[in-house]
Amino acid sequence: MIRAVGKPLEEIIHMVQDFDKILLAGCDGCVTVCEAGGLKETKVLGSALRLHFTQAGQNKVIDETTLTRQCDKEYVGLLRDTIDNYDVVVSLACGAGAQFVVDMYKDKVVFPGVDTCFIGVTEERGWYTERCQACGRCILADTGGICPIARCSKRMLNGPCGGSEAGKCEVSPEMPCGWQLIYDRLKTLGQLDRFENPVDPKDWTSSRDGGIRKIMREDLRI
Amino acid sequence: MSYMEFSTPSKLQKILQAGHFAVTSEVGPPRSADGKVIEEKAHLIKDYVDGINVTDNQTSVCRLCSLASCIRLKLMGLEPVLQMVTRDRNRIALQSDILGAASFGINNILCLTGDHQHFGDHANCVNVFDLDSIQLIQTVRMMRDEGRLIGGHEFQAKPQMFIGAAANPFAGPNVELRLARLAKKANAGVQFIQTQCIYNMDIMRTFMKMMVDRGLHEKVAILAGITPMKNVGMARYMQKRVPGIDVPEEVVERLKGVPKEKQPEEGINIAVDQIEELKEMEGIRGFHIMAIEWEEKVPEIVERTGLYPRPKVNGG
Repeated sequence: MIRAVGKPLEEIIHMVQDFDKILLAGCDGCVTVCEAGGLKETKVLGSALRLHFTQAGQNKVIDETTLTRQCDKEYVGLLRDTIDNYDVVVSLACGAGAQFVVDMYKDKVVFPGVDTCFIGVTEERGWYTERCQACGRCILADTGGICPIARCSKRMLNGPCGGSEAGKCEVSPEMPCGWQLIYDRLKTLGQLDRFENPVDPKDWTSSRDGGIRKIMREDLRI
Repeated sequence: MSYMEFSTPSKLQKILQAGHFAVTSEVGPPRSADGKVIEEKAHLIKDYVDGINVTDNQTSVCRLCSLASCIRLKLMGLEPVLQMVTRDRNRIALQSDILGAASFGINNILCLTGDHQHFGDHANCVNVFDLDSIQLIQTVRMMRDEGRLIGGHEFQAKPQMFIGAAANPFAGPNVELRLARLAKKANAGVQFIQTQCIYNMDIMRTFMKMMVDRGLHEKVAILAGITPMKNVGMARYMQKRVPGIDVPEEVVERLKGVPKEKQPEEGINIAVDQIEELKEMEGIRGFHIMAIEWEEKVPEIVERTGLYPRPKVNGG
């Protein structure tokens, strides 16, 4: 799932301070799972903002809501009846969700309430790590099921580089070397023989380098 | 593909093909537009080496560019080795620079992935890594042998590059993988290797033995990387701080065994002893002496190891 972290309160205060009627819009999707922008975090943010502005002697309307998903029109559309009661929306969904609110309410100011980070997994509660960079052409079948694009700091397709030491990346002793993981895995699977074949330069057109991406599924479009 | 085949005008390749030990060294460009620094450093070493590497923004610190420095060396009548990292340029820029280098008669290239920018003076920059070192080797070979760019364009005036890369026998996870990666570079088309600085002679010996057992030494010329230590402080720094460098305690102890003012001399003695020992290892075809900000010591090392004068070769 997409992983995000809540923006610092000071940053959100700075964004909304010139507005009087503020809607905080959480999302029940990915940001709920990583506890960055779900119902609970939206309520906590609302309380913190109310406390701040009350103490500053400013009277503002601060309401909270959460949508099932902000990346689907049918749910974002549910704001239609109430959104004009507000000057600004702070979306606690991922960057995609926040932009879909912008798409559907073109005259409304929308600010992000979270920093969207990566596609990753939950190692433990509160500890998330990246696994995928959505390059659009999956090569896991060739790399023992471990992605060098997401997990090598230099996204090398023919690693590891000379900076790999004791299983760690040269960037940080806390960072596992992705290519050490791949090597160990290929060894376990008895597939080390494939290691010595050079992997050709990657076609990045399916990644962000090809321009803004879309998926058109004719089988789903009736 | 081997260093004996696909002959180029490279003097370095001719030296190796003639069966001599090759000697290369390197100059690091300045962090300014002062091109004279390159010339001054090159003058210190030029009569003692067969090729001069110019580093490409090493440790991700922005410097005068490797290509311009190599052109400067070429115009001085010297033999540059163009180091090129894939960190900062995509395949368009890399291939463009290779064509540009070849247009000035630069005939040696060292293909590297490059240190992560985290180490350098622009840690908040974007990195490119469109290709990695092995894909860069493949690319140079294709440009040279097939006259073709990755994108498919075919051309007549091909870059006559003697293709090199680095190898680090001391990096993780083990020597087996490091040899496998060297084999991969050989499969991609590499002809010579300049190794990481060697201090752990036992691992180097193991690495070379495994290489010879596989016959890889017939394909790829290994130039052993030598960096003389200036003092105990430098040895400790290399031991603790520099990723991928293995400095055994006995090297530090040998430096400690002499008075502080004698440590630079002892550092040179260690380098000389290493070269003599490496000469006896099967598969070692030469030496890459990286005297970091100590270029003036290269002539002494070359002379004391009997590698001076440098042999003359046709066209060299």
